Amino acid sequence: MRPRRVLVTGVARPLGAQVAAALAADPDIEAVVGVDTVSPDTIDPDADLGRTRFVRADIRHPLIAKVISTTEIDTVLHLNVIATPLGAGGRTAMKETNVIGTMQLLAACQKARSVTKLVVKSTTSIYGSSPRDPALFTEDTEPRALPTAGYAKDAVEVEGYVRGFGRRRPDIAVTVLRFTNVLGPQVDSPLARYLDLPVVPTVLGFDPRIQLLHSEDALAVLMRATREDHAGTFNVAGEGVLLLSQAIRRAGRPGLPVPFPAIGALGGAARRLRLVDFSAEQLDLLAHGRAVDTTRLTTVFGYRPRYSTVETFDAFVRARELRFTVDRELVSRIENGLLGSLRNRCLVGPS
Amino acid sequence: MGDRDENKQDAGRAGDAQIIPLNTDGRADGAPSARPVRRRGSRAQAGVPARRRAPARDQPAQGAPAGDPVDMGPPDADHPVPAQPGDGPDLAGGGDDTDGSDNPTGAAIGELEAALAGMLAFLRRRITGDYVIDEHGFDADLTEHLLAPLLRPVYRDYFRVETRGLENIPDTGGALVVANHSGTLPVDALMMAMAILDHHPAHRNLRMLAADLVFAVPFLAPFARKIGNTLACQPDAERLLRAGHLVGVWPEGFKGVGKPFRDRYTLQRFGRGGFVSAALRTGVPIIPCTVVGAEEIYPMIGNARSLARLLGLPYLPITPTFPWLGLLGLVPLPSKWFIEFGEPVPTDGYPPEAADDPMLVFELTDSIRETIQHTLYSLLMQRRSVFF
Repeated sequence: MRPRRVLVTGVARPLGAQVAAALAADPDIEAVVGVDTVSPDTIDPDADLGRTRFVRADIRHPLIAKVISTTEIDTVLHLNVIATPLGAGGRTAMKETNVIGTMQLLAACQKARSVTKLVVKSTTSIYGSSPRDPALFTEDTEPRALPTAGYAKDAVEVEGYVRGFGRRRPDIAVTVLRFTNVLGPQVDSPLARYLDLPVVPTVLGFDPRIQLLHSEDALAVLMRATREDHAGTFNVAGEGVLLLSQAIRRAGRPGLPVPFPAIGALGGAARRLRLVDFSAEQLDLLAHGRAVDTTRLTTVFGYRPRYSTVETFDAFVRARELRFTVDRELVSRIENGLLGSLRNRCLVGPS
Repeated sequence: MGDRDENKQDAGRAGDAQIIPLNTDGRADGAPSARPVRRRGSRAQAGVPARRRAPARDQPAQGAPAGDPVDMGPPDADHPVPAQPGDGPDLAGGGDDTDGSDNPTGAAIGELEAALAGMLAFLRRRITGDYVIDEHGFDADLTEHLLAPLLRPVYRDYFRVETRGLENIPDTGGALVVANHSGTLPVDALMMAMAILDHHPAHRNLRMLAADLVFAVPFLAPFARKIGNTLACQPDAERLLRAGHLVGVWPEGFKGVGKPFRDRYTLQRFGRGGFVSAALRTGVPIIPCTVVGAEEIYPMIGNARSLARLLGLPYLPITPTFPWLGLLGLVPLPSKWFIEFGEPVPTDGYPPEAADDPMLVFELTDSIRETIQHTLYSLLMQRRSVFF
C-alpha cells in the first residue's frame, strides 16, 4: 500500500531530516510529520524539510500517541535509535530515548488503527564482534556474544520490542533495517570522527574488517522501505569490506597501534575531551571487525547499494578533505624516482 | 587494472589533472635529433641522457600546485614486464638488451629490474592501501607478492617438497581438500597452499578453515585472515565453496597438529564430519590430501599441559630444541616432504537431503580418513629416510 501520511521520528538528525525532506518532495504523500525533542533548525540551520510539519515532542511521553491519532498516520519511520551518548545528552538519556522511546512509540502504533506500516532503523552492531563468529552475518545468524552495553544493547532491546509488536499486530508490515556504519559527506558518526583523527589509534595485533554504507544508499533504502512493502529484517551495507589498516592507508593517515588494555583508557580520555565519542562496545569491533551478508537486501528487498564499501570510504575521504599525512602522489613520485635511478644504474652498471 | 581506475579517478577529481606518460617528458626534454646517436652509443652513453632526464621528469610534478594529482606512470609500475618496451625511446637500449638473446647479462638485468619494479609497485600499493581484500579478509596481493616469495625457498630448498596428484584439483569451481594435520605448528597447511599456488596449472589460492583460537590471538588473527583463513564453521565453509573457491580443511584440528611424536602418522578422529556435510550441501568434490614429512619438523616429546591451560592454549609443545634454545628452537627440522592429492570423491550424486543423513556423513568421513591413512602408509614406505 502506498504511504499517504508518514511520521518520522528523529528528524533533527541528518538522516531523519533527509528522509523527511525527500518524502515531503513526493507529491503522492499527503503529509509528513516530523518528531524530535529539538527543532531541526537548532542543529542544522540550513535544513530544509519542505512541507514537513514538525512536532516538538519526546517519544518517551504518551503525547506521541496523540500525534499519531490526530494526524491519522499510516506509516511510521522510527529513526530515533541514537548511537552516540554525546548527541543524546549522556548515556542515561540515550538509553531512555532508545528503549523507552521505542516502547512508547510501539504502544502508540498498536493502539492506532490507521497505522499499516512500521520501518525501524537498527544496526548491525547487534551481532556483536567476536573471534568465534562466522565471516559474514546473515539476518538469521545467532550471535555468539550478545552486546552487553551501549548502543548495541539498546538496539537488541529495541528489536526485541519490535518483534513483540509484530506478533501483536500481524496486520502491520514491519521492516527492520540493520544499517552498518554510515559514512557520507554530512554524516557525523563516531567512525567518521575516529577516522578524522590525525593519528588513528588501532588495537595492537588486530586488523578488523569494516563495512560501510554510503549515506545516499541509506536514504534510498529507507525511501524504498517506506514506499513499498518489504516486511522483514534486512542487513544494509555496501559491497565488499575494507581492513581498518587499509582504510587508514587510503586516507593517508599514520596508524597508532595501542595494546588492547590501553586503548580503553585512551578511548575514555578522548571521550572526556570530546574528541571522539568512542564507547566500549566499539572496542570489540576494532579488534575483531564485523561484516554482514547483504544477499537478502539485493534479492528480497531488491536494492543494490550504489556505493561499495571502498567507494564509500574514498568518497568520504574526498568530501572531508582529510589532511593527508602520507601523500599518495608523493609515494608515487618516490616510486618513480627510484625506478628511474634503478634504470640508470642498470644501464650504466655492468659496462 | 586498479591503477588505471585510479588514473581515471584522479583525472575526474581535478579537472586540471595532468597525466604525463613516461615517454612524453623524455621527448620534451631531449632534442630528437640527438637520440639516434645516443641509441647507437654504448650503454654507458645511454645512461647519461637517462640520468639527465630524471630531474626533468620530476619538474612538472614539483611545479604543479600542491594537491594537484600528477600521475607518474603507475600503469607501467604495476605491470613492469610488458611496460618495458614501450618505455620511451631513451630506454630502447635497455629494451634491446632484454630482447637480445645473445646478451645474457642484459636479460638478467631486465629481469632484476622487473623484479625490483614489481617490488616497488607492491610497496606503493601497501603504503597507499591500494589493494582489494575479499569479504573473508583474504588479501591476494599480500599472499602472492609477500608470503609466497618468502615460503617458496622453504618449500623448494628446505623441505624439498615433492607434490603429486595436482591434476586431481579442478582448475575452476569449488572443491574441498581434506588433509591430515601434523607438525605442532600448522606449517603443513602453508606448504599445501604453496604447492597449489605454485605448481597447479591454474595457480589457485587455497582458502583454509582454521579454529576459532587463531582469530583470538593478537597478530596471528589478522595474518591468518589475510593469507586466506576463515573460521572453520558451516556457514563460512559453504559460502566459500558456493563461491567456487578451493577450500582446505584439516578435520583432525588440534588433536592432529598437537599430537605427541610417538603417535606420528596415526590419524586422529576426524571431527564430527562437518566438512562432509558442507561438501554434500554444496555438491563439490572432496579431495583427500596426504602430507608426509610435517610430523618430524617439531618432534613433540612433551606437553606443558598446566602452562598451556594457564595461557588458554590447547597444548604447549616441548621439543628437543624448544624451549631450550629459545627462539632458535622454532627453526623446524629439515625433513623431506611429500604431498599427495588423491582421487576426488564426488558428492553431487547424492540427493540434497543427504547432508542431514548422519549415517552417510559418517561413512563418507570414514572412507576419506581410510584413504588418507592408506596413502600415509604407502608414502612412508616409499620414503628413504626422514631427511632425504
